[in-house]
This record gives sequence, structure tokens and C-alpha cells, in this order.
Amino acid sequence: MARPLTEHIRHDRTPLDLPAYERTGGYQALRKALAEHAPADVTEIVKSSRLQGRGGAGFFTGMKWSFVPMGPDAPRPKYFICNADEMEPGTFKDRYLMEGNPHQLLEGMILGAYAIEAETGYLFLRAEYHRCAEILAQALADARRAGYLGINILGSGFDHDIHLHTSAGRYICGEETALLNALEGRRAIPRAKPPFPPVVGLFGKPTIVNNVETLCNIPHIIRNGADWFRSLAPGEEAGTKLYGASGRVNLPGLWELPLGTPLREIIEGHAGGMQKGHRFRGVIPGGASTDFLVEEHLELPLDFKSVAQAGSRLGTGTMIVLDDRTCPVGMVLNLERFFARESCGWCTPCRDGLPWVEKILQAIENGHGREDDLDLLRHHARMLGPGRTFCAFAPGAVEPLQSALKYFEDDFRRHLQGRGCPYRHSPAAATA
Amino acid sequence: MPTLTIDGVAYPAEPQKNLLQVSLSHGLDLPYFCWHPALGSVGACRQCAVRQYRDENDSRGQIVMACMVPATPGTRIAIEDEEARLFRKSVIEWLMTNHPHDCPVCDEGGECHLQDMTVMTGHCTRRHRFPKRTFTNQYLGPFINHEMNRCIQCYRCVRFYRDYAGGRDLDAFASRNHVYFGRSEDGALENEFSGNLIEVCPTGVFTDRTLKNHYTRKWDLQSAPSICPHCSLGCNTLVGARYGGVRRVLNRYHHHINGYFLCDRGRFAYEFANLPIRLRHPVLPRPAAAKDGAGRPPTAAEAIAAIRTRLRRSRGLIGIGSPRASLESNYALRRLVGPDRYFSGLPQGESRLIAVALDILRDSPARSPSLREIAEADAVLVLGEDLTQTAPRMALAVRQSILQAPAARVAALNFPGWMAHAFQNAVQDDRGPLFIASVDATRLDDAATAVLHAPPADLARFGFAVAHAIDPEAPPVPDLDPETADLANRAAEALLAADRPLVLSGTSLHHEALLGAAANCGWALCRRGRPAGLGLVVPEANTFGAGLLGGRPLREAYELVESHQADTAVILENDLYRRSHGTDVDRFFDRLETTIVLDAVQTATTARADILLPAAPASESQGTFISQEGRAQRFFPVLPPTDPVAESWRWLGHLHPDEARALRSQEAMLIAIAAEFPFLAGAREAAPSATFRLNGAAVPRSSRRFSGRTAIHAHLSVHEPKPPEDSEAPLTFSMEGTTTAPPAALVTHYWAPGWNSVQALNKFQDEVGGPNRGGDPGIRLIEPRNVPRAYHNAIPPAFNSREGLCTLVPLHHSFGSEELSRLAPAIAKRTPPAAFSLSPADARERGLGEGDTLSIRIYGRPVRLPVRIHPQLPRGCVGFPAGWPDLAGIHLPTEGHFE
Repeated sequence: MARPLTEHIRHDRTPLDLPAYERTGGYQALRKALAEHAPADVTEIVKSSRLQGRGGAGFFTGMKWSFVPMGPDAPRPKYFICNADEMEPGTFKDRYLMEGNPHQLLEGMILGAYAIEAETGYLFLRAEYHRCAEILAQALADARRAGYLGINILGSGFDHDIHLHTSAGRYICGEETALLNALEGRRAIPRAKPPFPPVVGLFGKPTIVNNVETLCNIPHIIRNGADWFRSLAPGEEAGTKLYGASGRVNLPGLWELPLGTPLREIIEGHAGGMQKGHRFRGVIPGGASTDFLVEEHLELPLDFKSVAQAGSRLGTGTMIVLDDRTCPVGMVLNLERFFARESCGWCTPCRDGLPWVEKILQAIENGHGREDDLDLLRHHARMLGPGRTFCAFAPGAVEPLQSALKYFEDDFRRHLQGRGCPYRHSPAAATA
Repeated sequence: MPTLTIDGVAYPAEPQKNLLQVSLSHGLDLPYFCWHPALGSVGACRQCAVRQYRDENDSRGQIVMACMVPATPGTRIAIEDEEARLFRKSVIEWLMTNHPHDCPVCDEGGECHLQDMTVMTGHCTRRHRFPKRTFTNQYLGPFINHEMNRCIQCYRCVRFYRDYAGGRDLDAFASRNHVYFGRSEDGALENEFSGNLIEVCPTGVFTDRTLKNHYTRKWDLQSAPSICPHCSLGCNTLVGARYGGVRRVLNRYHHHINGYFLCDRGRFAYEFANLPIRLRHPVLPRPAAAKDGAGRPPTAAEAIAAIRTRLRRSRGLIGIGSPRASLESNYALRRLVGPDRYFSGLPQGESRLIAVALDILRDSPARSPSLREIAEADAVLVLGEDLTQTAPRMALAVRQSILQAPAARVAALNFPGWMAHAFQNAVQDDRGPLFIASVDATRLDDAATAVLHAPPADLARFGFAVAHAIDPEAPPVPDLDPETADLANRAAEALLAADRPLVLSGTSLHHEALLGAAANCGWALCRRGRPAGLGLVVPEANTFGAGLLGGRPLREAYELVESHQADTAVILENDLYRRSHGTDVDRFFDRLETTIVLDAVQTATTARADILLPAAPASESQGTFISQEGRAQRFFPVLPPTDPVAESWRWLGHLHPDEARALRSQEAMLIAIAAEFPFLAGAREAAPSATFRLNGAAVPRSSRRFSGRTAIHAHLSVHEPKPPEDSEAPLTFSMEGTTTAPPAALVTHYWAPGWNSVQALNKFQDEVGGPNRGGDPGIRLIEPRNVPRAYHNAIPPAFNSREGLCTLVPLHHSFGSEELSRLAPAIAKRTPPAAFSLSPADARERGLGEGDTLSIRIYGRPVRLPVRIHPQLPRGCVGFPAGWPDLAGIHLPTEGHFE
């Protein structure tokens, strides 16, 4: 089974330095692209590879790139940005890629920049990723010294340099337009769309923002071709995906698997099944902002389309498993507390709705819940839906809430009837 | 006609506007907070949700924010959709989770947009049962009160303060439901337009701190339309009063002038009218006053009789007018004393400056622009004028102009300009051309493409050079240094390349050559086929009105008295000690037999009066001002004049021996003015006349909810007095009157059913953000004429600093330079102490540091003031605080000797 993104990452987690990366064929894709392909061809290859964004939204990468105005009259400079602000709870796939094989990401970024003829790149890194910052800074220095970055890269006439920007630490900076505002030194609030970043982006210029895992695929696509990439996955969607699992499973971890690997295979196979004494109750498949999937969904292939059809989102593909001894209300409270705290404060429903949700859940958990609280929670799940808030933050935030109300309503009711959390007092009560 | 559909009804499509604006313009009630017609859409509050359908077959549609969707043809939306209504109600419910339930004790209560919108959405039952979050409030200075707990995070305050007005010291801090709007630390808001936060804030976070000193609910205020008397721009105001005193000033929308915003001077200066220094009674010489011996102040009739006696005995009468008195009052004085003995009240130099300015504008191919046209200019040259200090609202307009050129550059991106953040993101720091040539740094410099700080003569030379670079026929400037020449070329190039180029200058530096240079620039642009604007700022509210009546300069009045050709002077609302050197004025008064002074407040001049008549200030007067644009505008009294206080024109009409009847009404006065000065005939049309009625009724000054009518005077008499009548205006001093919205010149309140806040203005406009319904008030008396004008050619020599000497330059301050506003307590708190401003080089040479005392001999008299070092001030120039009593009456230009 092909694991192009992770096969060279060392078990001891020491990063591949430049020579080591070059020994694995690193920067060959860049050499090939600069020598053989016009920028538009690179976009075309990525387009036909059907690569979808791995940050969670699953938008086709090549299509995104094709929106950038090209040619001599295009606005300058253009920017190519890597979104490495991995703050989705339960998600650590980008960190694994950056710590293990930093040059793979850099090569992907340079190729992307070449495709849209961007002069300047930014790597927007999560605040807490100190180790990544050190490793990437070293890798950037090495790449610059080796001529992969800077003026006239590999004699091609293409100039590009990448700046490492460490975030000040807000979840919303992962939203690509809030990221742009943050980079510009403004308040990190999302931007109104249209215009979209490929047309009006960083400092008002055409800009592409791609996720780390997305970009790590690019060198492999250029080297091995679009057909190869499409063949990696069993279904309609293309390539591999980094799946992760945390929670009460025997082997929590991260695996690169074909996109569309069934949920059961991941939980029962790769993650080693549930720990002794714990039963599977549900899973949020792609980070905190996705709907719960439950037992009936175990056969579901985890690709963008299938998960969406099941009422959730693949998101980052790094799942958090809920077991029968953990309170689902408490879990949702934990998530909503996070979201209420991370709201940027720009639009009303998100800013003032999520703290209310959090307080209701806290009251229910503490035994102060009221009968009509469930209606209020449902009201919020509906009113914070897509289109009603300024960005996708709040709709994502209420996804676990709305699905928990659907699948675990009994748990909520037992909190109300028992005036408190049944799990806290007697773990066995969960199965009663 | 392409249409769109709202709730099944077809309306004309207006793709340049958004659905919220269009809905409101059609009178539909759709609640909103963050959107503002002057600030555009940002989609933050989510209050204006509607359901939008793709087409006729789409029955599901989706919830969208009306403010973020263009009103393109074929758009179908439902405001009355059940889900959209529920969502809008929810938005209020969310805002209310933290909003205090303190409406009864909140200053905004009764004129609160949040209250109105809450009622509009139908939210009434509280479901949030948890504690509210609280904030600490800040001290924001004498103008604005801060109550952060009431904040609903609509972001309008920072969008106005920072994005629109260029302020830096108010910001949004923190995030989530703890977003805080304030300063980084307590302190007065620095921006000159901070008072607009009161009207921009949809609830009670930013309220009028001066109103707090004498608080009155909106519905209890008697209000009248007025014109700001504190600079020459003629901003339209709404003055509110109760218990015989002015309570506050609000913006009165004028599409072409002030739009939605006033400056802080104009908003907070009203306090002077309530001070003890107000003159409330006539003062007569002792024998007359002591007539009945009771110590009772003389009545109006006694005062008039006493003056008539004096006038009969007089061996020569002169009248001294005033640029801060109304057109009617100046004219009444002129009629009383005769044209030969009417003096403009300005010293020679200033008199001449005003005459030159009028000459330039009255026969000019370049248009004297409205503030709106200034905001829409796409290249601006400011020559010599520190606009933020001398005509603040114009500076705010200039600040908007720099976005015109970038707007044209991003037009190709095809999103509408009202998408405020999209526009900002696309434009970034791209700005249109703005060249500022001033003596010292100005508060607009941050918006400028390039600035030149130089002595007045060099500024004029720069201006002449720009004109020459535009049109080689214009006279060249000899010996111009290459740096200035280069800047002049750049400015000329930018102006020539613009679609709507504009040149602004003024008289504040008392430098005639600057006016000539500005005129040359404007005319050169016209000769090159560019539709140029040419605006000149003058010092006072009616400088042009008084100037057009053409009085003689003050010096000649002094000479007349000196040569015994006059022994009696009537001085109209003019403190001569601010106009001439103190010893000259003293001598003038010493020589006069009888000095009759009309004024609203005590001044150094009223102290010299033998007879003093209490004049009504603008807030209590009816009259006409002519603004620097050349627009005649009418103001109306908010309070009935309390006998014996009266408008100066009324006093003067009574004094006239023969024609008393012809001058007894303001209307009669305007007819007489029109007969004598045909070019002022339009002044009569500036507002509807006294006989104007709507549905048979006049316009009430009090709201329909006015309370306490029978109680206000109960401590004097339990019988309700008859409301005072207003024979001059189609307005009543009561609640009785028409319920129909009046023409804009007569608007007394912005109110409509369900709309109690200032946002009720929506209901008074043709379309929201557009002109006032029925047209905007005022008559432009000065229009461009395509006449050949010869270029000015009095180019001054380059400035040369001389050892031991300095050129004194007036430095104006928004809070302190204007005579009446500096009396207002809140303004006085923002007035810096008097100082001499020195360039670092001059300070160094004299071994002076910040705060040291410097003595400069002016007219042989030493003046000692502390030193302030101004890094941008040119060497050889010493700035003095214009309008401060310390240095009043200096005739400029003048030199000082360092001591």
C-alpha cells in the first residue's frame, strides 16, 4: 500500500534533513516542473489529479489555483500561503508531516507558487508548534542555501521566497481569510467573500492558501503523475489521507491510508479496537467541528462525499472516538467551551450564541438543566447553521451539538431527570 | 424597467445598492445595526436576515443578509419569511443576553436604535438565565461618556472612528463575547470627530457627556433646525433645548454639506449659550438705569428710548458689523448708519483678504465645491490651510477623497463599493493624490501623498509653481528651489490626470498671495479643460455674508472717530479686541462719546459699552448665514427669545427712526436686502417663509410626546401659559402643528413611528443615504461662470529668515481658535495652553527647550509664553495660538523680535 507522504518519516521522529530528503527523490519534482512544465501545466496536472484540500473543506486544489489571474497583466506580487495553523481539536496530522519531513512541504509550496507565479510565500504556523518552527526554519535556511528558494531558483528564472510566520494563537486563524487578516497585522476575523483570495487576497493581491497535507501531495503528483495519484484511492476520490484516532481505542495514532478507507477498518484495525471495558458509541470523524457518526456508520468509506452523505464531514480525518463510559454531554460541553472561547467576536450568532450554548450544557451537566433547554439547544443548532453566520466557524461548532442531540438525546434527558451527570456518579449507569 | 421582488411586490432593481438599503428606501421595516449609509456593509450583526430565492421556482431559498446582497434585477427575497423573522428575533435575543436592562436610566433610552429594533423584531421574553458579562468603563474626555456593558459589538464605532475619520486611539480589543471598544488607556478621544460616536453607536455605549450635565429625554426636547455658527462651512444642526437652555446639538443631515457627521467643535460649542457670561438684559448708563431706582434691569423699551435719545444727540454715527452676525443683522446695521458709515468689523488686511476671496469665487470658471463634492474629488491640493483646525468637517471630506482614485482602480474587480471590507481588502493602502502645503504639520498629513511645510510666502510660491506647471501661461515662479519645483510638478500632474481635481485654500494664514496661487491653480486646470473645484475657507460663519455687504475696514472707523467725524458707534456682535491691537481699540473707545454694543456674551468690547443690548445667539435666533461654499442658509431659534433678549436685527430695526416698520420682520429685511443687493436675492429662498404651512399647520418644535408642558412653569403659576408665538418662522413653540414630515430646512426632529433614534432620518430622505426628501436646504449664491480671468501674478519672494527676527504665523486649533466655542466648558477642557511654537533649529539656537519661557517683542510690547517645539515648523517661523486672548489683535503678516 502506497504511503507517499509518510513512508520516509522516521520512527524516532527526527526530521529528514535536506540531503536525506534529496536521497528519497526530494526536489526532483521541482526540478522537473521548472525544466519541463509551464506554470499553467502544473495547475493542469494538479487539476487532473483531482486532489482535494486536506484542511477539511475538500475543495479541488487545482481548480482553486486556476482562479488566480495569470500572465503579464496579472496583479503583482502574488502570494502562496501554507495554512499550518493546525488548531482543530484532536488533529495532529500536519504537525507529523512538518516535524518528520519538512522539505516535502516546502517543495509542495514552491511548486504551488510556481504554478501561480507567486513571488512570495508565507508559512502560517500554529503558535504552539515550537518544534515545527525550529525544524521549518532550519529547512528554509537549507533550501535557500541549496538554491531551491530565492532568486532564479535552479536557474529557471523563477524567484520565490518563503517566510515563516508563527501565529499568535487563535483557532480562527485557520480560516483562510482570517489568516490573511492576521498576516496583514489586522484583527483575525474572516473576510467577506466574494472577492475570494485567489483574486483579492493577502495585501489585496492574488493569493492561494493551502493546507499542509494538501501541499505535501504536490511533489508526488508532479513526479508520478495525475493518473498515479488517482489510482491510490479505491473510490472516486484521489490519493491517500492521513487518518488519526484518539479516545479509548487501544492504539491511538495516525495512519496514511487510501482516501475512502472504511471507518470500521480504521477503528477496529489500525486503532486496535476499543479498550477493554469500553464500548464504541460514536465518533467525530474530522476534528471538533464535525457531526457525530455512530455504530450504523461503521462501514462508511471515509471520503469527502460519503461522509457528507452520512450527515457529517470528513474534515481533517483525525477522529475522536466516544466510548460508553464518557459522557457525551460532557464531551459536547468541552467542545462548545472551546468554540465559544475561540469565536472571533465578529458576528452576533457566533459571539453570543455559542457562550449561551456552553452555559446551558454546563447547567445540564451540573444538574441545573431545565426541560426546555433541549429546545433551546436545538434552536441554536438550527440558528447557527450555514449562511446565517459570517463564516463557517459557528456552523461547524454546532455540528457535534446537533448530532449529539440526535444520537444521544437519552443521555441529555437522563441529565435532566437525574439532575446531574450520570457518568460522574456511576460509570455503570451509562449502560443501564 | 428591470425589477426585483420583495415579499411578492415588484420594485425597481438598483444593482448599485444593497437589498437592505433598497428595502429601507421603500419604507419597509427591516432591522439592522452594523450597516450605516456612510460606512457601508460588513455583515457583522446578522440582523437584516431575509430569505432569498434563486428564481420563481425556488421555494426553499436560503437565509442571506440583505446588506450583503446587491439589489440586482430578478432578485427575489422575503422579509416576512417565518424562518427569517425567527432568526432576526434570535439575533436580538443574543444581543440581549448581555445588554443591561437599564433603559429607564440609560441616556439613550427613548432614542435608542437597539430599543427600536428590539420592538421591531418582536423579541420580548428573556430565555437566557445566566449572568451577564460586564466591562470596566473608561474616561474618554469631556465630550463622550463610555458605558461598555451596553455594547452590542456592531463595530460601527471603530469603523467610523478609524476607517472613516482617521482616528487611531479607539480600537476593538480582545475577542469572542469580550470584544471591548475603547482606548488602550483612559484619556480624551483625540479625533476631532469623536462626537459622531454618539449618533453612530446604535445604543448607549457612547453618549453625550455634555448632555449629562442637564439631561433631557429626546421627546422632552424642543428642537429647531440651525446652522453651526462656529466656522464657515455652514453644517446643518439640530439644536435641542429645555428649561430655557440649550441641551445638545445633533447632526441635521444635509446631503451636500455635512452628510451624517459634525465636528466636535460644532457639536459641543453650544454650552457657551448657557453660561453666566450670557447677556440677559440691557445695560444703560447709570442715570437712565437708575430711573425708577428699584435696581431692576432696564426693559427693552427703556433701552430703545435711551439709545434713540443718544442717536438724536449724536454728532456722527458709525456702525461696526460682524462676520459672526447674520446677514440680516449686518444689513439692519448698515441701514441704520448708512452705507458710508458701515464698517465690516474687520481690520484692513483681513477685509482685503475676504474681498479677494469673494472676487476669486464670484467670477470663477472653477466651482466652489460643496463638502460632498470635496469628498468625491479624486485629486486634491490643499494650499496653506490647516483644515482640521479651521474647517474641521472639510478635513473629514478631504479624507474621503483619497479613496476615490483607488475606487476607480478596483472597479474592475466588480464588487460594489458599499462592500466596505472587500473594498478595504482590495484597496489596502492605495490612496489617491492629496498634496498638502502648510506651515506646520496638520492632522491630515497622514492621508497625504506628499506634504510641504514652509513659511507662508514659500507655500504661495509653491502654489504658483503648481499653476504654472498645469498651464505654462500662468506666471512662472523665479528662483524656485528644485525640490519644491519637483513637488509642484508632481501635484500638477496628479491634478491634471484627475477627473474631479480640486484646490482648497483659505485666509487663515492672512496671506493674500496664497489665494492668488490657489485661484491660479483652479483656473489653470479649467483652461486645460479639467472641471476643477476651487474652495476657499474663511474664518467665520457669515464672513461671506458680511463681506458681500461690503463694509469699510475697521481702521477707517478709527480714523473717523479720531478726526471727530463720529462720536457714536453701534458695534454689532464683534469684540474689537480680537480684531485690532488693544491700544488702538482703547483709544477708539476713549474717543467715543457713546458706545452701543449688541452681543450675546460678555467680551472685552462689551466691557467698554455705554449701552449694551442683549443679542440672541444663533441657537435663539432666526437669520441667514452665507457659508464659504457661497450657500445662503437659514437658522431658526430653538427657544423663544426671553424678553428682552432679541436678535440683533430686531434691536436695530427698532432703533431705526423712520423705516422701523419696513425692517420689523426678517422677511421684510430679506426683501430689502434683495432690492439693494440683487445677487443676495436668493437668500430669501433659503428656507420656506413664515407663512408656509403643511396641511394648514406649522411645524412643531416639540415632539408629540413632550411632557411637563403644564408643570415646567408650575413653580411660578399653576395656569398654563399660552405657548409663545413665532411670527417669523413656520414653526411653533409647542407640540401643536403638522404631523407630516416638513421640508429639510424646517426639520425639528428625526422621528417616525417605530423609529425613535436618529436613524429615523431614513424616513426623511428620498432614498436612504440620498438627498433630503423635497431637496436639501439652502441656496447657492455663487456659481462658476465661464469668464476669462487674468492670472494672479503677485508672486512673493522666497522667505528669508533674518537674525533676531521671526515671522509670526497663526496656528489654529479646532478647540480654542474660534471665539464663541472656546467659551464652552467642554471645549475649554480640550484647549491647549497658549504657547509659542518653535522649530527645533530656532529652539536650539536660542537654547530653549519644551516648556521654557520665550519672550518675543511684538509692536514693541513683549509677549512671554512657554515654548513648544514643533518638529515640522520651518525655521524662522514662530507659531502663535490664533484666537487666544494672549495674542489677540495682531495684524498679520507681522514680525517679532526675539528677546
